[in-house]
Formats: sequence, structure tokens, C-alpha cells
Amino acid sequence: MRIFDPHIHMTSRTTDDYEAMYAAGVRAVVEPAFWLGQPRTSPASFYDYFDGLLGWEPFRAAQYGIAHHCTIALNPKEANDPRCTPVLDQLSRYLVKDGVVAVGEIGYDSMTPAEDRALAAQLQLAADHELPALVHTPHRDKLAGLRRTLDVVAESALDPQWVLLDHLNETTVKEAKDAGCWLGFSVYPDTKMDEVRMVALLQTYGPEKVLVNSAADWGRSDPLKTRKVAEAMLAAGFSEADVDQVLWQNPVTFYGLSGRLVLDPPGKETGATHEGNSIRRGGE
Amino acid sequence: MTDSAAELRAALDDSARAWLDKTLNQAAEHAKSSAATSGTASLDEASVEQQPAPALWELRFAEAGRRCGAAHADTARVLLLQAAQADLATVTRLYRQGTADERRAVLLSLPPLVHGPQALPLTEDALRTNDPRLVAAAVGPYAAEHLDAHGWRHAILKCLFIGVPVAAVAALRTRARGDAELARMLGDYAAERTAAGRPVPDDLHRVLGLTQAPGEGHAPCKES
Repeated sequence: MRIFDPHIHMTSRTTDDYEAMYAAGVRAVVEPAFWLGQPRTSPASFYDYFDGLLGWEPFRAAQYGIAHHCTIALNPKEANDPRCTPVLDQLSRYLVKDGVVAVGEIGYDSMTPAEDRALAAQLQLAADHELPALVHTPHRDKLAGLRRTLDVVAESALDPQWVLLDHLNETTVKEAKDAGCWLGFSVYPDTKMDEVRMVALLQTYGPEKVLVNSAADWGRSDPLKTRKVAEAMLAAGFSEADVDQVLWQNPVTFYGLSGRLVLDPPGKETGATHEGNSIRRGGE
Repeated sequence: MTDSAAELRAALDDSARAWLDKTLNQAAEHAKSSAATSGTASLDEASVEQQPAPALWELRFAEAGRRCGAAHADTARVLLLQAAQADLATVTRLYRQGTADERRAVLLSLPPLVHGPQALPLTEDALRTNDPRLVAAAVGPYAAEHLDAHGWRHAILKCLFIGVPVAAVAALRTRARGDAELARMLGDYAAERTAAGRPVPDDLHRVLGLTQAPGEGHAPCKES
């Protein structure tokens, strides 16, 4: 079984996690830029973080046989801190980098005017750089947040087919799907989604354009949740092809919109390509 | 056209070749327009950090990997730096703002672009990382020419520690010859490995052998 975790904060995880993820079938991850738990106080702090997402972390992942890409953005929470917002003016120099496969995480936290501005500006950056966007939906007042997000996406230059709406659940999935966006679900030990509810949603809505992630970070979370969802899908009667679509092909197709996804281990080019991206077929 | 440019063009497909030609032209145009103001004698922090709008070729420098393929990215980026005749401030900025792959290309391009020791902070930065790709690029001809004896010896030990083949070290034979202090450091490292029950890298014995060749007096000796 080959697994692509399309949202995981590996900076906060250990090498034991990388080993366990590889053993579970994880061969590729995308790490979105986000809040570190401790608020940042200056733009320079973001630049060091972005450099790490493009430098040390993919190097670390490669040691464990896992391809690592990232998404770059000013996150919704820190978009509210005027000490941090100058980051927006420097994002372009990161968005040209080879390892960046989307703009993200952007979206809403508390739905403030500052968040409106940051979201609109960064959707425009995604369009300018021909990158898809990973959009976080808020934890509080979720359905209202989703609707406001969809309005801003509709007004933006970015096609909804280039938008992945993340942290969806039973209350938000239908409107997100009707809007034509990709559908992201984060599976957590005790918040967001769980494996059983995830399988039920897949039974209702099908595997098309659905991505499942662990969103594992510095809080209580489990980097093997992707594998656990795969097993729950098989136990519920989904085929191996369905599992592969949700846990490999859909993330490859979505992030592949960037034209920058490289899933071969360094030095082992296979020549296989998928929509301009070279693909390492995992699942040995 | 240089030999390496011709070889690279031959290896690329049509769209990558078109991208390379266009980008090299942009870099060369930039070199012409900035020739009057550039210089590599000293580093002006303001000119490193100032980024009104990055020159077009600098943005293309970042995307060389996906345009030409990972196998050709180093060559393409080095050619771009040469075509742009990048000065000290520019190579410093591209290094500081670059990914590991971009930093590698800057390190590989230093000998023709910067003639004096002013770019040593970049070499030293790379030698502080634990990334073998950067360390291997940092121990090339520029380090051989400019790194002082202490820094150079530690670079050799770093290669042994993180598994960078010493074949990557430029002028290894010349600089190691007769270096008794390097021989002592290698001996101590071998003793430490042996005491821990760990194997001693073959490369250590190779360098140790080189240190035992008689010195010729004119080997670089920049003790500081």
C-alpha cells in the first residue's frame, strides 16, 4: 500500500515517526506552513521556518525514503498580527522555489478583516504563480467560515478546481463539493474527523477528489492516521483501487497541478511522469 | 558558448533548451546593464538585503530544477551565475535566500565569480550544515584556495563524519601534504572510533597517508 499524506507538520515530529510512517507505507508528504504553537514576533522568524521547509526537512525526510514537499503562506491566525503581515510582501520569492507545490495554509481562523485581506491576497498569489491553494477551514463557526471562504474563492482569480478545502466534516462537505473544490479531511485522535466517520463520508460522497490527512503536528495527533483510514476503508468493503485513489492518486493529482511534484528518491529517476511530475511508484 | 553550456543544451529537451537559452540571455543582458556598478571587492550589507524587484534571471535561477530536471540543475544554475557575472552581493543574496540546491550552485560557481576570500562566509556557512550535498560543494577549489588551515582541517573531519567522500575535496593532496596537525586530528578521531567499537572510515586512512608525504614548503599554510 502506498500512502501520500497531503498535510502533515513534520518539523514537529521525530525520526521515529518517519520510520513508522515509512513502515506503514507513507512514501510522500506535503508539509503546509502554519502556526508553530508559539506566536512569531517578526517576519524573519517566518523566513527561517520557510527555509527549513525547503531545506532541512526534505533532507531529513529523504533519509527515511519519503519525498517531502511544502506549501508556503502566511497562516490565518498570524495574519492578524501586524508584526507578521510584512511576510506577505516576501512570499513571491518563496513561491518560485522548486519544492513549493501550493500556497497554504490560507483561510480563516476568527474571520477578521485582516484575515479577509490575507486570504484574498494569497489566492491572487496562487493564481499569479500558477499554484493550487490549500485552504484551512476554521475550527470555530465552521459552516459560516466555509461559506465565507467559498465567497472569497469565487471572487478570486483562482479556479475552484485548484483549491483544496481542508479540515472538512459532515457539516461542510456538501457545499465544498458542490463548489467544485478538492475535499480534505484531517483525521485526529479526538477532534476533527475519525476513521469511522471518514469511511461513512466516503460511502456517501465517493472517493472522487477526496484527500485524507493526519495533520499531525505538535499537538495530540497521529502520523499513522492515513494508514488507519486505509485499513478502515478496506474493512468496510472499499477496493484497493479506491484506497489508492484517496491515499495516493488524489493528492498526486492535486499537488501535481503545480508541475513541481517529484516523487522519485534523489538519484533514482525512473522516467515515469504524471502530468509533468515524475512519480515514484511506492507500494513495494 | 562554453563547453558546459553546449553539453547541457544537448542533454535537454526542446522546451528546457528554449528556457535555458532565454534565461541565459536575460542573465547576460543583466550583466551588461549592471557592469558599471558591480564589484566584488567588498560586501555591502545593504546591497545584499535590498530587493526592490528581483532581476528576472534571479527568479529563473530558482526554477532551474523543474525546468531542466534535477540532474541538470547544478549546471544550469552555474551557467546562469556566470552569464550574469554575479557579483559578491548577488551570490551572497542568492545563497542566503536559496534552497539547498540553489546554495549548492552558488558554492560551485565561486572560483570564477569571486577572486578573493570575501565569499568565505558562504563556504563556512555550508560547512556548518549537516547536509552532505552542501558540504561536498563547499570543499571545492574555492575552499582549497581560501580556507585557512584550521577551517580546512575541520572541513576534512566534517567530510569523514557525515560520509562525504574526500574525493570531493579540491587540492586534497597538496594541502594535506606534511600537515602534522591534520594527522594528529585524524589519529585522535580514529582512536575515538576504535574505542567506541566503531569502524574507521577508509577515507581517513587515505588522508592520513597523504599527510605523511613530506611537505614542500610552498603548500598553502594559512594558520590563523
